[in-house]
Amino acid sequence: MLRLPRLRYLRPRSVAEASEMAASNPGSMFIAGGTDLVPNLKRRQFDVSTLISLNALPNGTAVVGDAKRGLEIRAGATLDELAPHPALDGPYRALAQACGLVSTPQVRVMGTLGGNLLVDPRCNYYNQTYSWRKAVGFCMKKDGQICLVARSSPRCWAVSSSDSAPVAVALNAQVTLHGVEGTRTIPAASLYKDDGIDYTTKRRDEVITAMHLPAVSGRMTSAYWKLRRRPSFDFPILGVAIAITWDEGVVRHARGALGAVGSHPVDITPYLAPLTGARPGEDLIVGVAEAADKPSRPLDNTDLSHYWRKRMTKVYIERALREACGLPPLEGRLSAQVKAGAS
Amino acid sequence: MTQPTEELSIIGKSLIKPDAFSKVSGQTKFADDLALPRMIYGRLLRSPHPHARILHVDTARAKAHPGVLAVLSGDDLPIKFGILPVSQDEEALAGEKVRYVGDPIAAVAATDEWVADEALDLIDVQFQPLPALMSIEEAINSEGEPIHAKGNVHKTVALEFGDTDEAMRAAAHVREDTVFFEGNTHLPMEQHAALAQVAADGKLTLWTSSQTPHYVHRALGKVLEMPMSRIRVIATPNGGGFGGKSDIFSHELVAAKLALVTGRPVKITLTREEVFYAHRGRHPVLMKVKTGFLKDGRITAMQFQSFLDGGGYGSYGVASTYYTGALQATTYAIPRYRFEGVRLFTNKPPCGPKRGHGTPQPRFALETHLDKVAEELGIDPVELRRRNLPKADSRTVNWLRITSIGLGECINKVVEGSGFLTRRTSMPKGRGLGFAVSSYLSGAGTAIYWNEMPHSEVQLKLDRNGGVSLLCGAIDIGQGSDHILAAIVAEVLGVSLQDIQLTTADTDLTPIDLGSYSSRVTFMAGNAAKAAAEKVRDRLFAVAAKALQCDADDLIARDHRIARRGRPADGMDFAQAVQLAEAQGGGVTGTGSYTPPKLAGPYKGSGVGPSPAYSYSAAVVEVDCDRKTGEVRVPEVWIAHDIGRSINPMLVVGQVEGSVYMALGEALMEEQAFRLGLHKFPSLLEYKSPTALETPIMHTYLVETIDREGPFGAKEAGQGPLLPVIPAVANAIYNALGVRIDEVPITPEKVLKAMHDKTKRVGPKSVPAFEFPPLIKADVPDEWKGK
Amino acid sequence: MSIPERVAVRLRVNGEEAALMVPPYKTLLEVLREDMGLTGTKHGCELGECSTCGVLVDGKPYLSCLSMPLDLEGREILTVEGMSADGRSHPLQIAFAELGAAQCGYCTPAMLLTAKALLDTDPHPSRDAIMEALAGVLCRCTGYLKIFEAVELAASRDGITAR
Repeated sequence: MLRLPRLRYLRPRSVAEASEMAASNPGSMFIAGGTDLVPNLKRRQFDVSTLISLNALPNGTAVVGDAKRGLEIRAGATLDELAPHPALDGPYRALAQACGLVSTPQVRVMGTLGGNLLVDPRCNYYNQTYSWRKAVGFCMKKDGQICLVARSSPRCWAVSSSDSAPVAVALNAQVTLHGVEGTRTIPAASLYKDDGIDYTTKRRDEVITAMHLPAVSGRMTSAYWKLRRRPSFDFPILGVAIAITWDEGVVRHARGALGAVGSHPVDITPYLAPLTGARPGEDLIVGVAEAADKPSRPLDNTDLSHYWRKRMTKVYIERALREACGLPPLEGRLSAQVKAGAS
Repeated sequence: MTQPTEELSIIGKSLIKPDAFSKVSGQTKFADDLALPRMIYGRLLRSPHPHARILHVDTARAKAHPGVLAVLSGDDLPIKFGILPVSQDEEALAGEKVRYVGDPIAAVAATDEWVADEALDLIDVQFQPLPALMSIEEAINSEGEPIHAKGNVHKTVALEFGDTDEAMRAAAHVREDTVFFEGNTHLPMEQHAALAQVAADGKLTLWTSSQTPHYVHRALGKVLEMPMSRIRVIATPNGGGFGGKSDIFSHELVAAKLALVTGRPVKITLTREEVFYAHRGRHPVLMKVKTGFLKDGRITAMQFQSFLDGGGYGSYGVASTYYTGALQATTYAIPRYRFEGVRLFTNKPPCGPKRGHGTPQPRFALETHLDKVAEELGIDPVELRRRNLPKADSRTVNWLRITSIGLGECINKVVEGSGFLTRRTSMPKGRGLGFAVSSYLSGAGTAIYWNEMPHSEVQLKLDRNGGVSLLCGAIDIGQGSDHILAAIVAEVLGVSLQDIQLTTADTDLTPIDLGSYSSRVTFMAGNAAKAAAEKVRDRLFAVAAKALQCDADDLIARDHRIARRGRPADGMDFAQAVQLAEAQGGGVTGTGSYTPPKLAGPYKGSGVGPSPAYSYSAAVVEVDCDRKTGEVRVPEVWIAHDIGRSINPMLVVGQVEGSVYMALGEALMEEQAFRLGLHKFPSLLEYKSPTALETPIMHTYLVETIDREGPFGAKEAGQGPLLPVIPAVANAIYNALGVRIDEVPITPEKVLKAMHDKTKRVGPKSVPAFEFPPLIKADVPDEWKGK
Repeated sequence: MSIPERVAVRLRVNGEEAALMVPPYKTLLEVLREDMGLTGTKHGCELGECSTCGVLVDGKPYLSCLSMPLDLEGREILTVEGMSADGRSHPLQIAFAELGAAQCGYCTPAMLLTAKALLDTDPHPSRDAIMEALAGVLCRCTGYLKIFEAVELAASRDGITAR
């Protein structure tokens, strides 16, 4: 049986205590749902001697607010709480979709929003057991020197594999971080860095406590489309998040982000500019999707080939845009996509 | 004597199987569920190199690690073994060479798994890496050090039945296709586990999740140099097998050796990753099929070539090689047939038998080939099959004896059920229907090692209260073999299932059964059970007839009574009859056995393929394709299976549905992929297998042909229904999109590539240059002479 | 600070309190199987990739292989051993047996518990809802169909009692 490394398990009762513990224990990590961390630890992807559980922190309401005032979502809210949450059934629907499309029902019961935002970037040279990684010669993300995906690369190309991260960027969300030096609230986009190892600006002692979705004036629609081999279990090998604000049927502003095609959520908002001021029809959407796949640079380190994933980017941007624009879905096998989103 | 159907009270009914409640309550003890006092844990150190010479193994640091009780390396278990007598090429721990990433080199036993894992990291091994051969082509063309001393060619076969070249020349239409079937693995949910204990008197007991405890027993005797009488092997219920637990595995031998060395019970449970290395799964096979036809679609001749990528060791590979050429003629009347096959060693985990052993690959080749031919000849694909059906009670050109054949009826069922003929030409965009057929063995006609003994035996002991103790070496791997045994005995003796007490798969207690492989248990153990039950029943009938003053032939056993036919009051309770028999002649016991008839044809290599009976299947698959992404979904499947007779229809349908599921996984996603010499994704997450959400609507039709040699007429169900589904998927995709994916698995990227390629095809273009040995020209059976 | 060899944990499993001393780094799966003898909970990967180790925590399907016992103090844990009550099998167990929904039986405990969580909140689920609910448990034997049918059969009967 695969086992965790021997470690201490601490259970702070407050966020302040949690940050203090992290600051005073160099070999520590936070654990909430554990669905990303525990498998990674069993594969010895981190050297950790202490886990600091966030599961004894005081429990608040999962979601506070509404679209008019903006929402505050507790980072410890579980994905299965958020997927069907009525507050996410309107303009912020993409977030409900993303939460509902994560892995399996079991993982969604255990996994938290905060944990999903911070999923350790994945790579199929990295998410392997210690002995496998030892056999392949280790990569720079853990125990090794080079990137096995791109051997001459000075950086790590592990893939941002969170479903909620591109949605947070597209929705222009903010996150609140609490650390020993105080509390700060930053745009979701600046939570991430384009590096497979050093992928977040969150400091070691900081806990994400909340995500804030901005107030919506007028109408907003959003959609999240996830590409993966199977309609359950699988991490995204491409995610497309779109959020559009409208003025009487005309696009005021469109934002978008891609997941799983780089080491961070890739903002495609500039490519969506042609939608502004338009009443998007099929042709405009196809044209925008054709161009918006430009920053998608998948590499050969996830399921299926990177050529195909690149090719799918425009297809999925088109599909997500259609949904956000209220056009009927095209043919497509992903009944599971629609079903889970509707839940 | 077989009862008429109307008299059967248990056979043919969908009853709850004897182990069902134990399983739904969590009481069933699988191998890893066992724990013994003072038990310690074993772990294996596995090769990080696909191909390397071992220069030195230093275990000193590991031995000194606190909590470590023993460390073994190749020198401790030097005797080679292998499942087939002709392929004794494996070592429990590699001594001189490693041949795939995951090949075991050393082992530790420690007080817990944390300590054991730490100790593995303290074993120092010096390797001299050698170039890795990771494909059929590389194995053929390599000029470096071969993987095994005798070369990279493990096995060749070259057989011809009649002059195929001549028959090809006489054909009105000839077509040749080249296809590839990638390897995949069984992926049982239960990871293999073994627990070994040595008693104070030195007797060794091994509990293991094995489909073949008898073969493990033999190998333990050989490798440990112990008499088999001093070894007891108990197969625990398998948490899924599918062929993956039918070999002899390093961890079984090592657990036993560690128990002998330490005097402590030792358990080794493989991790999921290690299960991928244990493998013995589906061979990757590259195939070329060439067939000649008359204008009316009748086949004149077939030439079939297969190239098997065998992985690092022999395993069942010799048999697998023959199987890729064996069953082509059981579904089609092929008058002249040539088969050439070669199995290559490569530096991957060894391949072996997976559900359908060696036949899903050629079946994929053959059925997609015929679909193409049908189009060229302007005959619909169903009609093409119908025109070539073999007859009941016939011999194929390669000497396989067909008894019952329900293939025609299977075809009718699925064609009518799906509306194939009418709907196929009017499917909506992206939708398609595909059709294919197949057949499979009801047990291999020959044992793995040559002998004249029965393949299966059952012992019965009746007690005075009417209870029946049933002992048999067969192991239930989920297929329901416990039920089959109990149902047959209960039926013959006229008692209920609950009266049967089963003891199975324990080499100390139970008589032989060769194992749960080759779809043999229902047919062979079932026949043995029937024979045993009839023996004790006859003894009961004799004493009862005397007491009732009637003729024994006039008695029937039913509802816990032995009574005169049609006069149930005129008889006695079953228990009374047992008491009477015991009073008159001592303990009431009986043994039955089954030895398959000698069916091999008059040529070398005829031992693989014969079976006392063949099952038949036909399938129609509907696909829904996304033309922008190439993704394929299967909304509905129609499948018919000639089961001979259903001992328990619910269990048969379960086998059929499970086969369809597994076939869809193989068709669309499952594959063993390698990169840098390593298995690319040895995990349940990245080795893709279908989830509940991908389950199609399945229409299952059972066709009964009451085979004259099967127990109550039964044939197999566990493997055959997998076979037609994979090619039916490929044919359906052609129907939907007009593209041919001549390569399994059919991934979205392949579909999209074919749609945008001018050939409208993805698949291999040729087979490598390889010189097969001269053909062994076998005589054809009389019925094929002059045809 | 050194890593303690064992810590005290109080778990409530199948309605009974258990006071245990276990290494703090053992998952619930390991504690159930190795320290409490509850081997009805199986394991297929220990990484959350198959859900074979599924149990219920406060009525919801959890992966015992990823759950830390110290976080589960005060919660209600249910394993397959606790599904039957007063010597009677749960209707789901009966339906699984009757329809042959357990072939090898290895994923069965997790399937049963996951189905129970569904029926406890949705006593008469649609086929789609059943498929969605069971989408996290892999089965290699059945092709899932008999499992769906068994859940439907159990749902069609009275007397589904929550435990």
